[in-house]
Amino acid sequence: MSGGHLDDTICAIATPMGEGGIGIVRVSGPHAIPFAAQIVALRNRCDLHRAHNHRLYLGDLLVPKRQQQTSPNPSPERLDEVLVAVMRGPRSYTGEDVVEIHCHGGPLILQMACEALIQAGARLAEPGEFTKRAFLNGRLDLTQAEAVLDTIRAATTIGLRIAQDQLKGELGQRIARMREELIALLAHLEAGMDFVEEDVSFIEDREIDRTLERVLDELSRLLETADQGRIIREGLVTAIIGRPNVGKSSLLNALLQANRAIVSHIPGTTRDTLEECLNINGVLLRLVDTAGLRDAADCIEQEGIRRTNEAVHQADLLLIVLDGSHALHPQDLELLSLEPEKRRIIIINKSDLGLQISESEIFGHLRNQNFFSVPPQLVCLSAKTGMGLDMLRTSIQSLALGSSLEAPHSILVSRLRHKTALIEAKIGLEQARRALARGLSSECLALDIRTALTALGEITGEVSTEDILDKIFSEFCIGK
Amino acid sequence: MALQCDIVVVGGGHAGCEAALAAARMGCRVILLTIDPTKIASMPCNPAVGGIGKGHLVKEIDALGGEMGVNTDKAGIQFRMLNRRKGPAVQALRVQCDKRLYGLAMQRTLMHQPRLTILAGTVDRILTHRGAVSGVQTDSGERIQAHCVVLTSGTFLKGLLHIGLTHVPGGRAGEPSAEHLSDCMKDFGFEVGRLKTGTPPRLDRDTIDFQAMEEQPGDDPPKPFSSRTRAISNPQIFCYLTHTNEHTHQIILDNLHRSPMYSGIIESIGPRYCPSIEDKVVRFADKARHHVFLEPEELDSRSFYPNGISTSLPVDVQEAMVHSIRGLERAKFLRPGYAIEYDFFPPHQLHETLETKLVAGLFHAGQINGTSGYEEAAAQGLIAGINAALKVKNDPPLIVDRSQAYIGVLIDDLITKDTREPYRMFTSRAEHRLLLRQDNAEARLIHIGYRLGLVSESTFTAFQRKQERIEQELARLHRTTLSPDRLSLEAFERFGIDPPQSHTTLAQLLRRPDLFYRPLLDCIGDHGIEDEELIHAIETRIKYEGYIRRQEQQVARFRKLEERRIPENFDYDSVKGFSSEVLEKLKKVRPSSIGQASRISGVTPAAISLLLVALDRFRRSADSPAA
Ligand SMILES: Nc1nc2c(ncn2[C@@H]2O[C@H](COP(=O)(O)OP(=O)(O)OP(=O)(O)O)[C@@H](O)[C@H]2O)c(=O)[nH]1
Ligand SMILES: [Mg+2]
Repeated sequence: MSGGHLDDTICAIATPMGEGGIGIVRVSGPHAIPFAAQIVALRNRCDLHRAHNHRLYLGDLLVPKRQQQTSPNPSPERLDEVLVAVMRGPRSYTGEDVVEIHCHGGPLILQMACEALIQAGARLAEPGEFTKRAFLNGRLDLTQAEAVLDTIRAATTIGLRIAQDQLKGELGQRIARMREELIALLAHLEAGMDFVEEDVSFIEDREIDRTLERVLDELSRLLETADQGRIIREGLVTAIIGRPNVGKSSLLNALLQANRAIVSHIPGTTRDTLEECLNINGVLLRLVDTAGLRDAADCIEQEGIRRTNEAVHQADLLLIVLDGSHALHPQDLELLSLEPEKRRIIIINKSDLGLQISESEIFGHLRNQNFFSVPPQLVCLSAKTGMGLDMLRTSIQSLALGSSLEAPHSILVSRLRHKTALIEAKIGLEQARRALARGLSSECLALDIRTALTALGEITGEVSTEDILDKIFSEFCIGK
Repeated sequence: MALQCDIVVVGGGHAGCEAALAAARMGCRVILLTIDPTKIASMPCNPAVGGIGKGHLVKEIDALGGEMGVNTDKAGIQFRMLNRRKGPAVQALRVQCDKRLYGLAMQRTLMHQPRLTILAGTVDRILTHRGAVSGVQTDSGERIQAHCVVLTSGTFLKGLLHIGLTHVPGGRAGEPSAEHLSDCMKDFGFEVGRLKTGTPPRLDRDTIDFQAMEEQPGDDPPKPFSSRTRAISNPQIFCYLTHTNEHTHQIILDNLHRSPMYSGIIESIGPRYCPSIEDKVVRFADKARHHVFLEPEELDSRSFYPNGISTSLPVDVQEAMVHSIRGLERAKFLRPGYAIEYDFFPPHQLHETLETKLVAGLFHAGQINGTSGYEEAAAQGLIAGINAALKVKNDPPLIVDRSQAYIGVLIDDLITKDTREPYRMFTSRAEHRLLLRQDNAEARLIHIGYRLGLVSESTFTAFQRKQERIEQELARLHRTTLSPDRLSLEAFERFGIDPPQSHTTLAQLLRRPDLFYRPLLDCIGDHGIEDEELIHAIETRIKYEGYIRRQEQQVARFRKLEERRIPENFDYDSVKGFSSEVLEKLKKVRPSSIGQASRISGVTPAAISLLLVALDRFRRSADSPAA
């Protein structure tokens, strides 16, 4: 069941991620103070439990070292210098005890602070859950309620668009397939219970188990790909793409500060994809240089382009390189809108040669197709002189964790929601398999499978009779 | 001078009987008005009560102090617990009844009920005064004054019988239909819909070759529906199973053009779960045969009911088809099968009390609400009768919700779901199925029946005593530990049970799916308790503990949404942002709570969020003093 019990303590990153400066982690609920006290030590021998309301305290963010997690008393690592404010309910935004931790470090630090809070016993907030609590605890007055109304209205249109995009996409299709399988299975089980008197075909335990296993495998695969943590652990897969000769390989070399890829003035130099690891402001990048995209001249180039397409498909982030010294090519326009659900940075290269392409021209093309999940960013640079590379680095960092200042925050949120829902479905089906193995009767299996189905339905927007309150503000930004 | 009473119940079917009895038992003066009092509680379709989902309803009716369970026990000639091998939530009792005994027993109960008068007559008009019921007028012009009217007129409203291409007005075979009431209701502004149902021919026992069929015995000993039933006294009988074959199907296909369904005369929608044999053959063309159960209608009559071949084909085709079935080659028809079309009032026009939203004091129950089945009808009759009586007495209404009973699921579904075919109960309709078991029907509902005065002191005390024994025994099973000593090891082996590995409680052992109370206690030489019903309840509580707890958590969440009530005077038009479809649905149903609103088909989560915020605004502005 998706969370949403008022007695849980919830936490989330309350500021847009990916930017430098201060980021805030917010905790709310009955255990907000003790949980926060586990991850923050105040300076000057102050105790968080006795902190004054609405006052900022200086402290250190302490997070247990990952490697020592198995040892009983992991010595905590000082991660960041932070400012902490305690707001006791009902005089807080949500009407419950709230602690806000203002961190200086980047998105990674915020993410780790959240993870530490979850380890302490908090739960990641559902989208809009802070607002929901404020609402339920009577903290919103009439005008605010009106504002909430407007936001829901706006958020649902965005939400609808995102949902539709995702439904068209692979995720939606795969979930639909799993749902179909489960519904078919459930239909069998239910018929076997409600229509014993009639001769409905019998389904064997072994077949039930096989179906459950199949769907579970699929869930695990999806979960692997849905995992945001993967990006932190394994790096952000970043494909450099563009027409031949725009300077992709030069860009790779410039970022690596090494002559890793062959660069030449002959279009079609790069024949095969090439991958290198790189750390940009704490974000691990797996940078992939690709063969230039055009109508292939020979079969080797064809294969190269096939590999490029595959790299695009697997990428988390696209660096779309344009040759700024030439006017836009029709093929460039195609590239701009490739895989709209992916984050992208559009790079106008060769700025040292004088620009034939203006930013407003690009944005003009983008505005016509405002269907990107995350708004594209645009950077002018020269791979040759290195001018503008810093801008690119900042851009990559800000996009790395899924969002930027302008990005509708709910996109990352909707992914977190997906993950929670997928986990819930998985737990349901694992329980179903256990029930089957234990020889429990069909009603129990059916209950477990229904739990999974409801969870999957939450992703595709098909809603059953479940907890509607949870859904109320689900199109809201997290931590707002 | 006009007759006077508190409540008039119109119709003497299963809904009407429960309504009249409940209201009279709660102290109201009741008149039961029916076309033919000798047909009260007749069973025009199959001669059985209960089954999966339906049996649950009967248990609940019984727990609330209704009559159907007790009456079925009096008339039962074969008792069968279905799904015995499945879990406790889907086990249900099904009872073959002697139709004549069923009607007689119910009529006797009605006749002996103080404050209840039975009158013969057809109602032509519901009388109102300022939008509220004031009585009824019969076709003979007689007026009866009453505070409440419970309308349970079944399939009689503009009933049309079809046999082949001929059709005649009628409520049931050989009985007239009620023609005027429907128009009167339309004048009040009620939306009227049309539904269809059917019944198979009746066959002469002496011309059926039972040797060629499979015998279907009942349970021995039979277990009654009601805890109030002491013993089952009727002789018990067999039913028989045979099948249609490809020849049967060919006969039907060759004559489809002579079926009212397929030639377009019947346009109303029939139930998908109880299709005519024509439907089955057309829709499941690849199925080579279909079940036909032969069920006696009465002990002392020759009439047999061939369950599974309901039809409205012309009589000659019906005969040819029946004669193609094994064992029925020479079967003589006592009566042909027929289909019936009738008016119903789409039930979104009702409150959860079954009172109509349009006319205060008018209640609808049974098939006129678009349900099928005796049990569904009786359940509604009981609730309508109770609420009519509570209204007369000025007491708060009784609303049973989805987490409490199948009755709650039934009424909520009727109100929120579009009725496209006659509604029948299935266990899969109940999202809290594991809690709504027939074994705990009393534990869920008897206190309500007792409070209303429908359950006697002695029945209630007997129930409480049973509960105490269950709790005590459960506590003992949790307390008693077993050590794997030599003696009990041998005993375990003798009983074919894997011995426990270490110190375990009896309750822990019983959690094993393969280990049951009686063998376990026999094996360790412990006497325990004898009562099978209690043992079943105890095993269920232990074996399904985890699942039951999870469902209880779900119920807690469900309740939160049900508790967010929507005021009756809430103005949906004032909420900006609803799509026109959602707005139309909400205004049509006028849900009583956020929970109910969310169950209306087509109402999206986004709409629910808008509604919630708007409701909050509504509440705040209502709280603040008017400017
Ligand atoms: N003036 C200038 N020249 C550049 C810049 N970046 C790349 N070039 C030149 O552009 C040519 C193509 O560079 P590459 O890096 O090979 O281009 P590519 O896109 O990888 O080409 P393919 O591998 O064939 O797809 C080379 O002659 C580079 O020296 C730049 O920023 N300024
Ligand atoms: Mg290259």
